[in-house]
Amino acid sequence: MGNVQRVLLLGGTSEIGQAIVRALLQGRSGVHVVLASRNPDSCGAFASELRGRGASVECLAFDADDPGSHRGVVDLAAAGGDLDVIITAWGVLGAPQCALDADPVSASAVVQTNFAGVVSAGLEAARVLRQQGHGTLVHLSSVAAERTRRANFVYGSSKAGSDAFMQGLADSLVGSGARVLVMRPGFVSTKMTAGMKPHPFSTTPEAIAAATVKALRGTATTVWVPGVLRVLFAVLRHLPRVVWRRLPI
Amino acid sequence: MSLSRLTGWGRTAPSVAEVTVDVDPQSLRAVLGEADARGVLARGLGRSYGDAAQNGGGRVVCVAEHTVDVDAVSGVVRAGASVSFDELISALLPHGLFVPVSPGTRRITVGGAIAADIHGKNHHADGSWGAHLLDLEMMLASGEIRIVTPLADPELFWATIGGMGLTGVVLSCRFRALRVETSRVLVDTWRTNDLDGTMSLMAERDADYRYTVAWIDSLATGGRLGRGVVTMADHAPASAVPDVSPLGFSDRARIGVPRLVPSGLLNGLTVRAFNELWYRKSPVQRTAEVQGIGEFFHPLDMIRDWNRLYGRQGMLQYQFVVPLGAEGTLRAAIEGLARGGAASFLTVLKRFGSANDGYLSFPFPGWTLTLDVPTGLSGLSALLDGLDRTLVEVGGRVYLAKDSRLSPDHLAGMYPRLEQWRAVCERVDPDHRFQSDLSRRLGMRRRSAAST
Ligand SMILES: Cc1cc2nc3c(=O)[nH]c(=O)nc-3n(C[C@H](O)[C@H](O)[C@H](O)COP(=O)(O)OP(=O)(O)OC[C@H]3O[C@@H](n4cnc5c(N)ncnc54)[C@H](O)[C@@H]3O)c2cc1C
Ligand SMILES: NC(=O)c1ccc[n+]([C@@H]2O[C@H](COP(=O)([O-])OP(=O)(O)OC[C@H]3O[C@@H](n4cnc5c(N)ncnc54)[C@H](OP(=O)(O)O)[C@@H]3O)[C@@H](O)[C@H]2O)c1
Repeated sequence: MGNVQRVLLLGGTSEIGQAIVRALLQGRSGVHVVLASRNPDSCGAFASELRGRGASVECLAFDADDPGSHRGVVDLAAAGGDLDVIITAWGVLGAPQCALDADPVSASAVVQTNFAGVVSAGLEAARVLRQQGHGTLVHLSSVAAERTRRANFVYGSSKAGSDAFMQGLADSLVGSGARVLVMRPGFVSTKMTAGMKPHPFSTTPEAIAAATVKALRGTATTVWVPGVLRVLFAVLRHLPRVVWRRLPI
Repeated sequence: MSLSRLTGWGRTAPSVAEVTVDVDPQSLRAVLGEADARGVLARGLGRSYGDAAQNGGGRVVCVAEHTVDVDAVSGVVRAGASVSFDELISALLPHGLFVPVSPGTRRITVGGAIAADIHGKNHHADGSWGAHLLDLEMMLASGEIRIVTPLADPELFWATIGGMGLTGVVLSCRFRALRVETSRVLVDTWRTNDLDGTMSLMAERDADYRYTVAWIDSLATGGRLGRGVVTMADHAPASAVPDVSPLGFSDRARIGVPRLVPSGLLNGLTVRAFNELWYRKSPVQRTAEVQGIGEFFHPLDMIRDWNRLYGRQGMLQYQFVVPLGAEGTLRAAIEGLARGGAASFLTVLKRFGSANDGYLSFPFPGWTLTLDVPTGLSGLSALLDGLDRTLVEVGGRVYLAKDSRLSPDHLAGMYPRLEQWRAVCERVDPDHRFQSDLSRRLGMRRRSAAST
């Protein structure tokens, strides 16, 4: 590939999403980036940074929790030209699981943002890519999607839902020229996980970004970062429930 | 009609379109009538390297215009747009005629030659393809078929030559062929020690030959920078070829490249070895060597699908021209590429002669350099982006038929007549029926210069 010229980042303030955009711009000028976030002003600093690297930048309003608006956002982003890469990078961790245990309304809000929002925005993105006959939808999933943990099963199940949705969307796009790339990172220290102790097999936004750029050139559909997680989870997924429940992860 | 994944010859940036082959004018009119916002594009043999012959999400048509009419007396030929140069050369030679411009492969169509306004090793003497055209028969966006001549509608004529298929679908053209006595060329060869040697030889001796070109050792640095092998040739007169069939022409059996070539087969090491070998095997000087047409003009055609040698990631062709007087930029570019380790398998230098009136025609008086490198190379994008910026500063440009990576910001700087070309397109195709991945990527049909 190597010729990504227009990128849409849904969740324009996501630290991982921003790292991916930086990596896509590496050594290139003239790339057009659309940053979509709840408050477009909050992308200002990042937008200036990108302009400093020779990109042109547009900031749009986007709320994952407002599915009715998703068509308009994606169409607006695509109005200026074909989108080579669309990244779905937003997400919320939600309150600690022990609090959510007693707060079903907040728990369902996490699912709304992380899962339902991905479904509607993902369908809109796929529509545009299918029309173009090319382009990649990059979804930030998580290893948490592989098997939900007692410690954060609302978040985990919301990521699992969106991961499963994206796998199906990928299949629906076969033959259209468009594709879906699902990234499954391990723990990353970002503002989402601020104050939390890094897990074993943690990674960084930069490592995820590098893996994404590499995967965009190839044909992989699901990528674990770090790569060892793929092997690890192939085992963990099949551990007996009693053992899994007690694992200190 | 079927959904197909198309790429250019470089095999990068694929996209999927509804492809219809063997389209007659009536069906073409119907396709144009049904076109949606993603538009329609004609495609030839897909030998453009980048995304010029792709139209993702839209319609792609290959026309069924296969006839060749030769008037042996006047040397004027009418050729259908889907006729390949292989077929054309085979049809012309028995009459003692040859194509006035021959690119580095015979596997391109007449339509592709017009849309890219192709050039050959004789550009300094004869100009590009457009210079030899008498008229074009084309279908416009409206479905109307029109004969376009440089006298009756110079704007549309010259917007179509080099217009990358965006003004309409060419059905056929008339051109003036070149008279030859034989199907052989007489080739003189020199090996040069450095860039000055290569360039001065070409500048001094160009005028004496119809065909000239230099192959450059892309990895030689320091004092050897720009060393290469210069070949100059003319069509052989009958007296030079005491042959039973002076106009004979046959395609040699060709070998193929296996489908699953490992990605790194053409890498820095093998390319360096190849460059060294090619340089060493060339004579220091040799004169009047008799070569066949394929051997001299289309050496790569001997290996079918040679682009697969670059593996799954594909290859990137980069061809630019700098005006006379900007030789410093050429030297800096060759230096930068050698330093960046941009191991190019085939690097070719040529001195262009005068330009024609094509609004987006690539050649103009100056030096053109062509290289192909595997896309995986790290730092390549930055290197070429930097080169693009320099080109805009010195009044140079890249060749759209080979491009897959130019930023839209540089298009108007490289092609100063872009606005006039756009105006002609607006006149004949106000609804933007004709589109391609290239045109969208570079914003070619964008209205006015109001880019954001
Ligand atoms: C090995 C090799 C060597 C080459 N050497 C040279 C060279 O020496 N000089 C040079 O100038 N180029 C060279 N080229 C590039 C090549 O000549 C051009 O890209 C040419 O346009 C390819 O023709 P095609 O029939 O394959 O067209 P395609 O690649 O299929 O299409 C190219 C363009 O032509 C348009 N087009 C095709 N048919 C029509 C039609 N009927 N009506 C309107 N538009 C149409 C398409 O829309 C597209 O924009 C080389 C390419 C290769 C692979
Ligand atoms: N960090 C990790 O350990 C980790 C691990 C694996 C996977 N992931 C996944 O990676 C993605 C990015 O995470 P990150 O670490 O980059 O987190 P981050 O920096 O906190 O970014 C997430 C962003 O989501 C945005 N957001 C929240 N709710 C939204 C809504 N309703 N509409 C629009 N945007 C909303 C927030 O933007 P505003 O508040 O500015 O609107 C926030 O900037 C998430 O999907 C996450 O699940 C993270």
